[in-house]
Amino acid sequence: MKYLLLKHYRGGPPATVDYGSMDQWTPEEVDAHVRFMRDFAARLEETGEFIDAQALAPGGAFVRYDGEGRPPVTDGPFAETKDLIAGWYVIDVESWERAVQLAGELSAAPGPGGEPIREWLEVRPFLGETPAVTE
Amino acid sequence: MNETLLRELVPVVIGVLVRRGADFASAEDAVQEALIRALDTWPDDPPRDPKAWLVAVGWRKFLDTVRAESSRRGRELAVRAEPPAGPAPATDDTLRLYFLCSHPVLPRGSAVALTLRAVGGLTTRQIATAYLVPEATMAQRISRAKRRIAGLPLDQPGDLGTVLRVLYLVFNEGYSGDVDLAAEAIRLTRQLTALTREPEVGGLLALMLLHHARRASRTGPGGRLVPLGEQDRSRWDTGLITEGVAILQAALARDRLGEYQAQAAIAALHADARTTSETDWTQIVEWYDELLRLTGSPVVRLNRAVAVAEADGPRAGFAALADIDPGLPRYAAVTAYLHERAGDLEQAAGLYAEASRAATSVPERDHLTRQAARVRQLLHK
Repeated sequence: MKYLLLKHYRGGPPATVDYGSMDQWTPEEVDAHVRFMRDFAARLEETGEFIDAQALAPGGAFVRYDGEGRPPVTDGPFAETKDLIAGWYVIDVESWERAVQLAGELSAAPGPGGEPIREWLEVRPFLGETPAVTE
Repeated sequence: MNETLLRELVPVVIGVLVRRGADFASAEDAVQEALIRALDTWPDDPPRDPKAWLVAVGWRKFLDTVRAESSRRGRELAVRAEPPAGPAPATDDTLRLYFLCSHPVLPRGSAVALTLRAVGGLTTRQIATAYLVPEATMAQRISRAKRRIAGLPLDQPGDLGTVLRVLYLVFNEGYSGDVDLAAEAIRLTRQLTALTREPEVGGLLALMLLHHARRASRTGPGGRLVPLGEQDRSRWDTGLITEGVAILQAALARDRLGEYQAQAAIAALHADARTTSETDWTQIVEWYDELLRLTGSPVVRLNRAVAVAEADGPRAGFAALADIDPGLPRYAAVTAYLHERAGDLEQAAGLYAEASRAATSVPERDHLTRQAARVRQLLHK
């Protein structure tokens, strides 16, 4: 079963630890955080559960169709949008429980003082392509 | 080159290498390498004796690996370079491979991958493509699975139940990429029926054939899911149905009923009817009773409620739903259907919409959304 572990810059339930923004951390704290993320992906590769990991830049815009022969309309970027996606991991695991366990581990990424930042991660199941054969 | 023949040889050749003294994990790796080379070179330069070719190349790959290992560790080569031929109980070897690859200690996903590679003779890349997983991830999954079962004795009788579950999982994956997993599952189950006389193996093969016979009619344009009641029954594959029914009857005649035989019996009754209304729903309910007795599964109870509604009307269907946990997947879909049958379109539309939000696959979600839309349209007429 495939799951998306979604990291948000903003959005989701209120943070339990105020870890500030990364540019306020020491270089060592930043390095430790980045290393943790890389190790997490490497561990997923080792266990045969890794599908994809991507990070998103905070910028960008909303785009929509505006009728035949007209250029698409763009809106944004919005500096103060409430929900901002930072990136994701896609994993392929045996169960929902395993997905939750992994998200819990990822949320322990170190922040200031090496303490776990306890960030909220959104876990979402993928819809499969094949329906179960039941009639 | 006949790729199916090549794939059939893979478990046999692994068996030969293991009997010559290779451990399963190394033998399996060596044969996979030989297989990849065969796929590459056979089209231009087919061998006279494909099996001997695979054994020779596989054994050489195995020795190369062992030599590299030994020189790295500064130890002497323990395996004889020229093994004795020995007798070849190939069928037992292959049966043991089924058991080993589906060993209960393995997570299901790993058992599926290992079975497809070692018993099915698929390459890691083909398996990875079929399951939409990066090749490196699939390779890791397989090598971890092999480490997990390393040292387990190869000569013990295994758990046939897990083997059948793994094969049924592969079958349900259907068709994606360049490998038809449903057809592959049928091939592997058919091969298994030649290795053991256990009636449940026949039951599973019959079930697969009877479902497979309806495959063309199960999807409409753009992958749209067509429910049983609306399928064009003239497109059902009567050859597969005949074969499935014959295999099922032979299995049932052994008088050791199991869940796959019961499910196949239900599929056979559907296959036997020209329309939904001509279907022998009373007998289907009886088979669901058997299935429920065998499995105690709440999913079976849910499906049984639908059959009860077809046999005795929606009221009886609702009664059969009592005691079922509403949190069950497809519960909303079933109640939606029963409400529609009972003429309560308002409720049905809402429940179809609820069911679509709980669907676990795209075709199911789209189908249930369409059902909700259709019923709403009826409401507003």
